[in-house]
Amino acid sequence: MAETPISPAAPPPAAAIRLEAVTKRYRGQAEPAVDALTLEVRPRELLVMVGPSGCGKTTTLRLINRLLDADEGWITVDGEDTASLDPDALRTRIGYVIQQVGLFPHMTVAENVATVPRVLGWDRARIARRAEELLELLGLDPADFGDRFPRELSGGQAQRVGVARAMAADPPILLMDEPFGSLDPITRARLQDELLRIQGSLAKTILLVTHDIDEAIKLGDRIAIVDRGARALQVAAPERVLSDPADDYVREFVGSGAALRRLGLLRVRELEPGHWPALPRAAERHVVRDELIASGRPAALLLDEAGRPWRWVTARELERGGEPGTEPGVPASAELTPAATLHEALDAIVRGGVGAAAAVGDGGALHAIVDLEAIMAAADPSRPSQRTAGGEEAGLVRS
Amino acid sequence: MAAPPAPATVETAPTASSGARRVLAGLALPISLAIVTALLLLWLAAQPLDSIERRQLDLGVLARRLVEHLELTLLSTAIVVALAVALGIALTRPRLRPLAPLGVAVANIGQAVPSIGLLVLIAIVAGIGPDKAILALVAYSFLPILRNTLVGLGGVDRSLIEAGRGMGMSVWQTLRRVELPLAVPVILAGVRTALAINVGTATLATFVDGGGLGDTITAGIRLGRETVLVAGAALTAVLALALDWAAGWIESALRPRGLDP
Repeated sequence: MAETPISPAAPPPAAAIRLEAVTKRYRGQAEPAVDALTLEVRPRELLVMVGPSGCGKTTTLRLINRLLDADEGWITVDGEDTASLDPDALRTRIGYVIQQVGLFPHMTVAENVATVPRVLGWDRARIARRAEELLELLGLDPADFGDRFPRELSGGQAQRVGVARAMAADPPILLMDEPFGSLDPITRARLQDELLRIQGSLAKTILLVTHDIDEAIKLGDRIAIVDRGARALQVAAPERVLSDPADDYVREFVGSGAALRRLGLLRVRELEPGHWPALPRAAERHVVRDELIASGRPAALLLDEAGRPWRWVTARELERGGEPGTEPGVPASAELTPAATLHEALDAIVRGGVGAAAAVGDGGALHAIVDLEAIMAAADPSRPSQRTAGGEEAGLVRS
Repeated sequence: MAAPPAPATVETAPTASSGARRVLAGLALPISLAIVTALLLLWLAAQPLDSIERRQLDLGVLARRLVEHLELTLLSTAIVVALAVALGIALTRPRLRPLAPLGVAVANIGQAVPSIGLLVLIAIVAGIGPDKAILALVAYSFLPILRNTLVGLGGVDRSLIEAGRGMGMSVWQTLRRVELPLAVPVILAGVRTALAINVGTATLATFVDGGGLGDTITAGIRLGRETVLVAGAALTAVLALALDWAAGWIESALRPRGLDP
């Protein structure tokens, strides 16, 4: 339960991008912008480099595509030393999304997307096809947007075009510099989701840079937390960084909400289900009551004929009997799925009011009952499990 | 919960009637210039002319001087565009950028010296003739185009160049596809200024035997024939306005789409 690897299980053979003790000094600055950075981006992973503004993140990206040359150390892309490659040729293999989006204002959206294919000398028909394909991939109708100029786009649309342009020649590697930095929170969340969706199907090697720890946690297969000089303090899966920060700096950077953030990473299906009584609605009332009392839980879940959550009932409601024609207890919500995050599960528990929520699988049948105890155990794996005796558990839940 | 941001789209296609109105407004100047020229010719035809005036105001002579004047102006401007834009591009490349102030200073000398003085200096050094006049015009109108090229290229958003280079465009491709198109409006404004300078200054070419409408004007002054003087001056003015109109038209035609606010 402690570790749930998100990145592929088997270690990949070679790094897609590898920086080895890379140092870059800008003239007139005492401290190097990038100080002996060693970092490895694995093939097909989305690695997020996160750190405060001005800590050398952008410089790192510019070193990789050789907009800058490193003073010390070396960088390989797909095993090739970049210093030995022609910079322009190297860059056509690496998609680059800059912080300011940088769409060419005098070119239409389609022409912007066609930038790299034109450099590569594709024929017209192929370029047009590719531009359409990419705009569709990013949720922009080519017929509507292809002939627009950048100033006719909203911030989110421009950012989508920027991503489409970077992906135009289908580069295996993408460098993204704060791609969603200038967007409002809603648009940003939507574009982050889109990126995850696209990455889910295309599986590029992506190095994304941000100063937003939440963005890093949401997007990254792994995240690299960096300090000034792009010194990597911890490179690990997001949940690892949250549950086990490498040092005080990382702890501080991740912030006080680390436990809550972890809830957004874990899924209901990864939980150990709580032991709550769940019986068919046809069961005799005294049977339900006996089982409820034996479990020590405050409520029992009644299931309908198809095994779907129906109503929650408490012992008192069972004793009182209720009037004929009315059903006992409160309706059970069945919105949670095994794929839901614990964040969503917590929300369902709080809204439900009985201290637990039912998660349903395919067809709406009960999958598991999730309670606070299970969430707390998952959110902090260092805490010893208290699921040992039924009585102890019940006391905890009830209090 | 805030509503998702509405896409900030702008309708660009101008309506048909406003387009037609713009074309009419654009044609107002050439039409009035044609009317002024016609009135001038009518007025000249109505004047009692002596033999000297008749020789100076012969339509063939006037047309030849007009063409000479046009040649002086266009040729010198074309040469300036080629030289000054090239120099401007060179002086905005990272390696030569420190030399840009020097370039502007040198070009400034050309413009700071009075035009007639420059013309005479060149005549003393190089002799006389239309080509020497063109040389003087080139030196005289170099600055506006150089300066506007520097300003235009310097004003291109660095992040766009970064984006171009970062995607694998070569230095040359970035210049041709990104920097120059974006600098075109500013450069063309400089060209228009240079054209205006040259069409006026070309009247002085007559002093180094360069031809042009200056011949007609100075003849009018020297011979004390006011009709000749008026004809030369009016034709120069008409030519200057016509060229400026044409330059303005070219300016808006070459302005990259997508830039207008």
